[in-house]
Amino acid sequence: MLASFDIGALGHSFWALTISGLTYGSIYALVAVGYTLVYGVLRLINFAHSEIFMLGMFGQYAALMMFGFAPQGDAYDMGVAQTLMYLGLAMIGGMVVSGAAAVGLERVAYRPLRRRGAPALVFLITAIGASFVLQEFVHFVLPKLTNNTLGGLNAQQPIRLVSPSTQFTIFGATVTNVDIAIVVSALALAFATDRFINGTKFGRGIRSVAQDPVTATLMGVSRERVIMLTFLIGGVLAGAAALLYTLRVPNGIIYNGGFILGIKAFCAAVLGGIGNLRGALLGGLLLGVMEMYGQTVFGNEWRDVVAFVVLVLVLMFRPTGILGESLGRARA
Amino acid sequence: MRSSTPRLAGVALVTIAGLVLVGCSSKAPSASSTGTSGALTIQPLVQIDKAGKEVKSQAGGTAANPAGDGKATCASTTTIAMAGALTGANAALGINIANGVKLAIKQHNDANKDCQVQFKGFDTEGDPAKAPAVATQIINDANVIGLIGPAFSGETKATGAAFHDAGLLSLTASATNPALTTNGWNNFFRGLANDAVQGPSVAAYMVNTAGFKKVCVVKDDSDYGVGLAQQITTGLGSAADASCALSVKTGDKDFSSAVQSIKSAAPDAIFYSGYYAEAAPFVAQLRTGGVTATFVSADGTNDPQFVKQAGSASKGALLSCPCGPAPADFEKAYEAAFNVSSGVYSVEAYDLATIVLKAIDGGAKDRASVVNFVKGYSGDGLARHYQWDSTGELSSALIWIYQVK
Repeated sequence: MLASFDIGALGHSFWALTISGLTYGSIYALVAVGYTLVYGVLRLINFAHSEIFMLGMFGQYAALMMFGFAPQGDAYDMGVAQTLMYLGLAMIGGMVVSGAAAVGLERVAYRPLRRRGAPALVFLITAIGASFVLQEFVHFVLPKLTNNTLGGLNAQQPIRLVSPSTQFTIFGATVTNVDIAIVVSALALAFATDRFINGTKFGRGIRSVAQDPVTATLMGVSRERVIMLTFLIGGVLAGAAALLYTLRVPNGIIYNGGFILGIKAFCAAVLGGIGNLRGALLGGLLLGVMEMYGQTVFGNEWRDVVAFVVLVLVLMFRPTGILGESLGRARA
Repeated sequence: MRSSTPRLAGVALVTIAGLVLVGCSSKAPSASSTGTSGALTIQPLVQIDKAGKEVKSQAGGTAANPAGDGKATCASTTTIAMAGALTGANAALGINIANGVKLAIKQHNDANKDCQVQFKGFDTEGDPAKAPAVATQIINDANVIGLIGPAFSGETKATGAAFHDAGLLSLTASATNPALTTNGWNNFFRGLANDAVQGPSVAAYMVNTAGFKKVCVVKDDSDYGVGLAQQITTGLGSAADASCALSVKTGDKDFSSAVQSIKSAAPDAIFYSGYYAEAAPFVAQLRTGGVTATFVSADGTNDPQFVKQAGSASKGALLSCPCGPAPADFEKAYEAAFNVSSGVYSVEAYDLATIVLKAIDGGAKDRASVVNFVKGYSGDGLARHYQWDSTGELSSALIWIYQVK
């Protein structure tokens, strides 16, 4: 039953919701790139990607702890330069852990299957299994390895590097430093990835394998290396997204904290056209915004439903997503 | 292709610029946030009755001491059992209770050489499907003279009839479902107020004592959250604002849209009906979003994790609980024995175990006489006065309001 149907609330806080939606959407977009690239190259939906993102959250957290940050309820008070440096270090920490985890996952879980020529369904089931393994690792094993400082049943006590403060307002909606940082960094990273895929030798390798693996191999492209690179890029971006997400939701660092977000990011990838890099970006932003509007109109508990209904509606009219599948197409 | 390197550099610059912005602006709010939340704890504020009025602890009442007079004698096989989740996701509560019982028995045994009572913990994992088998074990253990537990309402419901048939005392320190005492189990006693007391008491407290005129009730989707929210909303009457009655989901970490709705409603207080895992980010986001209304929640949120995760945003939050606060002496003894601080329901378990020990010291040698002793018991414990009505509910069931400060 619908708890409420409140168009008025949407009008009232339209801009505030738009800003929240864009912030979330850009995080979805970064994670979605990981799904989309792997799909483009391997035709595999890497369901464990949400756990790569989750490991990134723990990675940046661990990095900060290594630099001497103790978790506390409130934001730290440091100078600009220091905050900046630590944000950078945390991002690198997240990227390294996520990137390594993604490449490791590919090696341990997918490569042996590929060697044996396993059918697509087996890959999919392996992905789901790997997702559980990684979650339960953080849930049960990580706390034992780290003397209960990382992982376990409860969310990590947050390390807040930046406390949100209003920078300016648009039509009465406040825009905080955190919102701006998330959107700007995410767009910059997405743009960089786009340039990398479309403008470099490595990127050409990825596109060629996506387009036609056999011919690409005949032309001297190492498929295995391309696959590794693809997982690496996806992982690194998920690690960056992990830092941006924890800026926004400091309490979100928990073993199952990547699951729903990962599903949404996957949705975003499909929405924009899976396999299509720019589609992932568009899909992410769109999904983030629609989800905010939807939950305000229908009630908060309908948030996830709104996201999936949007997906279904779009796929009914454009089965390949808004921009279509095009990683391998010549132009992209 | 050639242009890609400068472009990438440009992108890197933009990323850095974004981070610089964060760095710059992080300076502004720092005055108020120097990280002193470590000092915040959940402290008892006031004990209330169903009308929301303060009830002072009876003056002159001395809590029963498990040590007794030191002259008790009993069979060395006499055993007090405890049943509840000792492993698994919900083990924290079960362990709090088991430790409370162990502490009481330890203090009793140290003082009474000729009456060494044994403790036996039975692990149900909190699962109503597993509890009946465990109950059979307990019942067939002839040495078990009394039981503290079961811990949760579900498992209590599943095993109550068996304990009743066996005539074994079942004294729960934590099962709060109101229906449990309506089964005619004359061996079952509840050592704290049930859920039907908490909701109305807290609602009355908010309206009558705290004077809130407009309250937004936000609930999660758990049985606990939905049930409690219903009672709170009824109890608040016209003070509950339907326009900002919101539902969230267990597992949510982002509440932007809920914060927007509450901000436009501008209430005096927000009642959150759910658990700390969601309450902590919710209150943090409310404060960041500029909502300063008092944050009120119940026993699901009354956990040190709430303060740890929310930091200074949790300051001033009111948290109710049927559980009583741990006195300093108890806390000291508990920490010395188990190396951890006591938790919710440790005090209740200690009090209830003390009552069973009193029965043993008083010469009770079989299950029936222990049940009879508890039926006629009236005395103070560390947490409250214990005396039961004919159904097994406390004759005066009170709720504690705690505050984060």
